[in-house]
This record gives sequence, structure tokens and C-alpha cells, in this order.
Amino acid sequence: MSQGMTATEKILAEHSGLSRVTPGQFVNAKVDMALANDATAGKIIARFREIEVERVFDPEKVVFVLDHYTPSNNIASATVCQETREFTQTAGGQLIEVGKGGIEHCVLPERGLVLPGDLLVGQDSHTCQHGALGAFATAIGVTDMAATLALGEVWLMVPTTLKFQLVGQTDDWASGKDLALFIISQIGVDGALYRAMEFSGETIENLRMDGRFTLCNMAVDCGAKNAFIAADGVTDEYEKGRAKRPYTKVNSDPDAQYEKVYEWDVSGLRPQVARPHIPSNVVSIDEAERVPVNQVFIGSCTNGGLDDMKAAAEVFAGRQVHAGVRAIVIPGSQEVYLESLRQGYIESFIEAGAAVSTPTCGPCFGGHMGIVAEGEVCVSTTNRNFPGRMGHSKSSIYLVNPAVAAATAVAGYLTSPEEVLA
Amino acid sequence: MKATPNDGKESSWVYSGRVWRYGDNINTDIIYPGIYLEITDPAEMAEHAMTGQDDRLVQGARPGDLLVAGDNFGCGSSREHAPLALKEAGIAVVVAGSFARIFYRNSVNVGLPLLVCPGADKAIQEGDEASVDLERGQVTNLSTGAACAGIPLSEYELSLLAQGGAVARFRASLGSDTQR
Repeated sequence: MSQGMTATEKILAEHSGLSRVTPGQFVNAKVDMALANDATAGKIIARFREIEVERVFDPEKVVFVLDHYTPSNNIASATVCQETREFTQTAGGQLIEVGKGGIEHCVLPERGLVLPGDLLVGQDSHTCQHGALGAFATAIGVTDMAATLALGEVWLMVPTTLKFQLVGQTDDWASGKDLALFIISQIGVDGALYRAMEFSGETIENLRMDGRFTLCNMAVDCGAKNAFIAADGVTDEYEKGRAKRPYTKVNSDPDAQYEKVYEWDVSGLRPQVARPHIPSNVVSIDEAERVPVNQVFIGSCTNGGLDDMKAAAEVFAGRQVHAGVRAIVIPGSQEVYLESLRQGYIESFIEAGAAVSTPTCGPCFGGHMGIVAEGEVCVSTTNRNFPGRMGHSKSSIYLVNPAVAAATAVAGYLTSPEEVLA
Repeated sequence: MKATPNDGKESSWVYSGRVWRYGDNINTDIIYPGIYLEITDPAEMAEHAMTGQDDRLVQGARPGDLLVAGDNFGCGSSREHAPLALKEAGIAVVVAGSFARIFYRNSVNVGLPLLVCPGADKAIQEGDEASVDLERGQVTNLSTGAACAGIPLSEYELSLLAQGGAVARFRASLGSDTQR
């Protein structure tokens, strides 16, 4: 009697040369793409050399993106980037250079480097974002990555799957970010520990690609191993002109077994706010305290897409960043940046008094380009607000969507877009 | 064949030491702040262990000490610096109610032993002496006598730790084509 499998199980089975797998099983899976960035490239390269292999398993399936501390913010960072460039030339692998790409998770889908049905591992926790394309994408550490670069495969334990069936139309100002924060508030930062999070239902089907990326991006922030949204017409439309090879649309079988199914009606869901100091400390924007802010940051892999720039521009247009607030906007990729320029979004940002920068992860993790001081309050479109995440351990971070962030920058305190647009 | 540690200790998986105690959801920005990710020298990395919260551990930890925490230890980023910095700072074992997935993998891969033991942080206070048995999954507060039952490590994990982590294992596997 053949039991149906979830999409995650199917992709793992297919990449492990098995006809079926079950949760709890350990597999050796072949990877379609291995992804790394400058935050840990130096350590990966050093570890790789310890294995004493000269070339990566397949240069077409390895990509290094320079995004965390770039353009290099100090000598250590410059040296790592230098080593990474040399490594891709001697050991193989693609390099996505400063000025020619952007944040890794924004660039890979743009370039068709991860496709539906693929198995991707990345040395960054938000690798799970690519599950939005109907791929299996998960994070691994430096040592795992070094081994994968040499062998072309990774050992994984097959996770159970949690299904999130969402129906209803959210509020106009709410989007993927707010769905993500809502879900984290319901299940907690370890509510999906080691699980696959599978999102489905009409709410998901109606999400544009950027919103799907945002939702899947924060799966790791509930402890998940990976996220998954089945590829559909929206995905096919996105892939036009991007995919350079055929791809596989994987769906969970109707009789697949889930560890738990959540069915939620999110009709009218308002923009959500994750208050200090944990992503699950969530309230709606209407209940959030109108706290004065020092810095607003709009960008990151979570909300650096074109739809995010558009949402922020709609609020900034014709308005000014409040005196005493510094607003920083960073498009997630050069492609997003260029289109934002053409659409007039960048003009809106600059005329409002916001700083606009070349794509980088920078402020999100306290790297550079917008670090906060003791006692400061930052409202941000990023994915974590633990103490010290963006700078001083005694600063406070509120996580929101881009429209709320822009409204906050204009008002000078945490507030909703409606209050500013009125 | 039983896996044994190769760090010069007698043939046992028992560790004893002073406890450094932390709460729930200790994330990797606390364990190893992002601004230090570019540091590659392990001794220098050790200077920043847990400094996202405070510097009591880097000030006072001695080799062989234990870290005991609540749930979801190591949540957040995938930085391998986190378990590495703890190991370099002298922590011999981390005991927690539960671990975040990437941190768990990374820790096993760098050779820092872990034990899942729900409630250990309730049975032990900062500064207590405690003993951890990875094979039995047992945590004992030597200062009070209180004990806590955890999940024993699997043979797979013990052998990986005994070999000194994943790289040593991968080097061995590249030498033989049989293991597929």
C-alpha cells in the first residue's frame, strides 16, 4: 500500500535516488545548487582546503554571492572577497560580484539559478526563502557546505511537514510579511522546529511572487527546516525569461501525511508588528504603541523586492522623512534597483529624505550601512529583532512590512500607512 | 563497536564542570554577534562568546565548563561561529531543553557535544557544578544532587564527535568509494 508523499518528501526522494522516503529517514541528497556568501566564504574555503580536494564537484552548481559586508566595509571583508574571487577561479564556481547582482536570495531566483523542483543548500539561514518557487531549499553551516562543495551531496533527515492552509483576503496594506509575522505569533519561534512548512490555500495562490518569497523567508524564524509553496501559474509567469532549463512542478499527493494541518481564515488581516525582542512578539499595527523611532530600514532579503520598493514609494511620495529620523532604503538587487529607478520609486525615496544604497545585507544583521546605538529604536523590514541584532545590545527593533516602515519614517513614530496618508 | 572520545580523556562520555546558565531562545546574535563574523582566528572568536548578552562567560569560563540553557538554544542565524566560539571559550558540552536545527548540525560538525535535556535549566543554577553523561543522556547537579533525564546521543553522533567532526569524516569517505 503506497502512502502519498508531501512535496518535500518527493523532492528529497528524487534527489536521493529513492522511490520514496518517510520522515525521520536519513538520506544523502544530490544538490542542484550550493550557495554561499562573503560572511562565511573565508571559513568555507579554509574548510574545503582541509578536505584536500582541488575543484568543486560541479562549477555550474556552485555560486558565491558577495552581499553581506559589501561593498567591503573593512580590510577583513576585502580580504575575504579577494579570497573568494581567487577560489572561484581556481576551484570553480560562479561569482556574483558587487555591482553585478545583489543580495543572494534576491538574485538567485532572478537569474533562474534555482527553479521549481530543485534542491538547494545555502550557507545562510534564510535560504528557505526559495521554497517559494516550489523547490527544497535549506540552510547548512560552514563545515557541511565545504563537504557539499567537494562531494555534491548533503546528508539530511527527512522532516515531517506542517501544512498551513490559508483562505481569505488580507487588508490592502498587508502582504507576505504580515502573513509570516502572524504565523510566527501563532506557533512561536520554535513552532516549526525541524519541520517543513507547506503553505497553500487561496490566500497563497493570490500572493504575488515577492510576497511568497517574504513568507517563505521567515520560515526559519519559526525553526523550520524548509518552506514550500507549490509552483503554479504565478510561478510560470515569473520564470518566463528567467529559467534556462526545464523545471519540475512538484505537488503533495492528496493522501500525503502531515504532522499537523493549520486552517486559518486571514480575511482582513492587518499589518503586523513584531515588537522587541523576539519575532513572535507580534501585535497588529493598530494595537502597537506609537513609539518614537530613530532609524527606519527598508530592504533585506525579506523585503527587498520590487513590490516592497513600490509599497514604500507609495507612502513616501510627496512626503518627508520626519526630522530626527534617518531612513535607509536598500533595494535587494541591481535588477530591483534599476526598475525602481525607472518607476520613480528611488526619486520618491530621495526627495523624501531617505538614504538609498546599492544592494547589500548590511543593516539587517548589524554588519554595516546603518548600525544603531545604545537606546535607539529601529523599525525595520528585516527578519530578526533579537537584542543586538542591528547594533547595540540595548537597542530595540520592530519588524514590519515596507509600507508601515515608510509611514513610520514620515510620522517619526511607529504607525500605520492610513494615518500618514490621511 | 563503541565510539570513544579521542581527546585524551579516559574512555567515557562524561563531562563535569562549572555551569553557565542561560534562558530560552538564546539566539546566535547573542552567542556570537554579527559584527565579528569576519574573525577567523578561533582564539579571537572565543573572546566574543555570548557577548550579545553580557561578558560574564568570556570573563570567567575555564576549559571543561558546561553551558545549560532552556528551549530553542541557538535559534537564528546559521553561523558556525556560534558553536565554535563556545568551544574555543572552553565550554565542553551544551545542555538545553531543545536546540535549533542549524545550530545542532553545526555543533556536531565542529565537535562541540550537545545534549537535549528538557528541564535541565530548572534543576541547575549558575555557578553549580554539574556532570553530563552523553551516552546515558543524564545530567546531574553535583552541588545539589538533583538529576535530569535527557535524550542519549545516537551512535552516529557519538562517532562523529569521536572523529573530531564532519571534516575528518568526509576526508575518510573520500578515500573509500564504498560508502554510498
